[in-house]
Amino acid sequence: MRFDYDTSYRDGKRLLRYPSQKWTYAGLLLLLVAVPWLLPKYYVGELTYLFILSIASMGLMVLSGYTGQVSLGHSAFVAVGAYAHAWFLTQGLPFLPSILLATGVSALVGLALGLPAIRVSGLYLAMVTLAFAILIEHVLGRWKSVTGGFNGMPVNDPVLFGMDLSGLKPFYFLCLTCLVIVLLLLVNLTRGKTGRAFVGVRDSEAAAASLGIWVAGTKVLAFVVSAAVTGFAGALLAHHVRHITPEGFNLLLSLELVLMVKLGGLGSLRGAIMGAFLIGLVPPFISQIKPLLGDRIAQQFGLEIFFFGLILAVFVLFEPKGLNGRWLKLKAFFQTFPLYRKDVFKRGKSYMKSERYR
Amino acid sequence: MSLFSAQGLALRFGGVHAIRDVSFTVEQGEVFAIIGPNGAGKTSVFNVITRVFDPSAGSVVFDGVEITRVPRHRVVHHGIARTFQNIELFEGATVLDNLMLGCHRFADESFLGQCLWTPKVRETEARLRAHVEDVIDLLDLAPHRNTLVTGLSYGVRKVVELGRALATRPRLLLLDEPASGLNPEETRDLAFWIDDIRTDLGVTVIMVEHDMSLVSEVADRVLCMHLGEALSTGTAAEVQSDPRVVAAYLGG
Repeated sequence: MRFDYDTSYRDGKRLLRYPSQKWTYAGLLLLLVAVPWLLPKYYVGELTYLFILSIASMGLMVLSGYTGQVSLGHSAFVAVGAYAHAWFLTQGLPFLPSILLATGVSALVGLALGLPAIRVSGLYLAMVTLAFAILIEHVLGRWKSVTGGFNGMPVNDPVLFGMDLSGLKPFYFLCLTCLVIVLLLLVNLTRGKTGRAFVGVRDSEAAAASLGIWVAGTKVLAFVVSAAVTGFAGALLAHHVRHITPEGFNLLLSLELVLMVKLGGLGSLRGAIMGAFLIGLVPPFISQIKPLLGDRIAQQFGLEIFFFGLILAVFVLFEPKGLNGRWLKLKAFFQTFPLYRKDVFKRGKSYMKSERYR
Repeated sequence: MSLFSAQGLALRFGGVHAIRDVSFTVEQGEVFAIIGPNGAGKTSVFNVITRVFDPSAGSVVFDGVEITRVPRHRVVHHGIARTFQNIELFEGATVLDNLMLGCHRFADESFLGQCLWTPKVRETEARLRAHVEDVIDLLDLAPHRNTLVTGLSYGVRKVVELGRALATRPRLLLLDEPASGLNPEETRDLAFWIDDIRTDLGVTVIMVEHDMSLVSEVADRVLCMHLGEALSTGTAAEVQSDPRVVAAYLGG
């Protein structure tokens, strides 16, 4: 059993409070650093892709998980980040300024979408963002002088301080570093004042406004942060795929991102990463088991989408709180052993809430 | 000069007159209660004061400031905090985070500073936490500090909401039916707290309440509203014996 025993107000805000946590995370980091030498090349490439997906998923988590704004159009921000980065690179900009500028461009696009989009919420917001994604896909397809149209454009290799990072191992470490940095920045943002304001706006706009939170401003800020992080992931993704086309950022990518945050567990960055790994591993998993399925099934079109649907159905039925919810339950089980009761996480009653004023 | 005054307040939604020409003043350190049958416009008065709605006419002056010109999210900066009739807590957050959100207006860290978790941010967080702990002590919320609001009973939620309003360090506290849904024992506690808030913290209180035993116990003056109009003002006993008030409640 473990008891929380804070001896100062700062203890409650500490990220790694117990020696066991420090050892676990140090071990995990060590393992990830050793992976390129332990696993076959194919898996290193897949893991790199999962890191990029995790960053994009965390971007959406800020918007959907923390401020409760649904977006079906986050593939657009991935695309904007990817294309902006690729274009800046062709203009001769070095890697670092280029990726930061691409992040900035994505943030600006997020601001441009967020300003009108915060007027609606729920289903209507989903429609607005969906329309936005379709719009961006078409703009990228037709703006031939910049994007190369539907034929796409090649992406220059990432070169940082004179080192070519396009190789398998260097790019793996680049993505791992980026993931850790983005994770730390977002963890800090969400455990402080802004993160609380995000959750406040999600749970009750009326109360948030009465406490001095500028609801509209907070929602737009969430859009901007989310777009910036997702665009950053897009810039990395451009290097991963090496040749970007508008079709690479279609509706399916948006849906995958929504599935990642939903199945990972809304309102948790850990969940965003877990969800990205779960959804990102579906296509390789399918290609692994295809030989076992028999020709008639293996030849079917849309096996991936079928699996996504199946996983979603299973989670909605058995673990609505997602992977993070399951993780917290497992943790509680071991921490309070042998006192854990099944009802500890039973959802409490939600009393009537007025939606009369927002 | 009164601390708070509402003059000629009116609120119309098309042909519906939620409030018509309501005027009242509240003195520093007073507990002022607003009573009235359902639909009398009591909560609408609160919503006008906290800028949820723009009044159709009239003015609200608090400590020399015309509140009807203040943006909604700036009202609390002038020292006005409120609770809601149907609890509006942040259900996905812990009690501690709910109270910390009450301190939101005292947090002034830069965006970049927050991302980097600078020493200044750490120091501010600790300072706000110390302030929140005072509220937790006052309202005996220590056992629930790290509980999610979804796991709390209705009575405790009411107290948490009161605590969240107190965490904003208000000078004027608007309580919208603080005793609704509480059992007699909890209502007794509430009466003591309201008295503490007024006497020890020096906070002026305006409350909407149906429980007349609580109103007579803590309120210095009472305003009775009916169909958007102010019927009568005075001590609880005076208002209760006013024939117009009796008629409003019982018909006649």
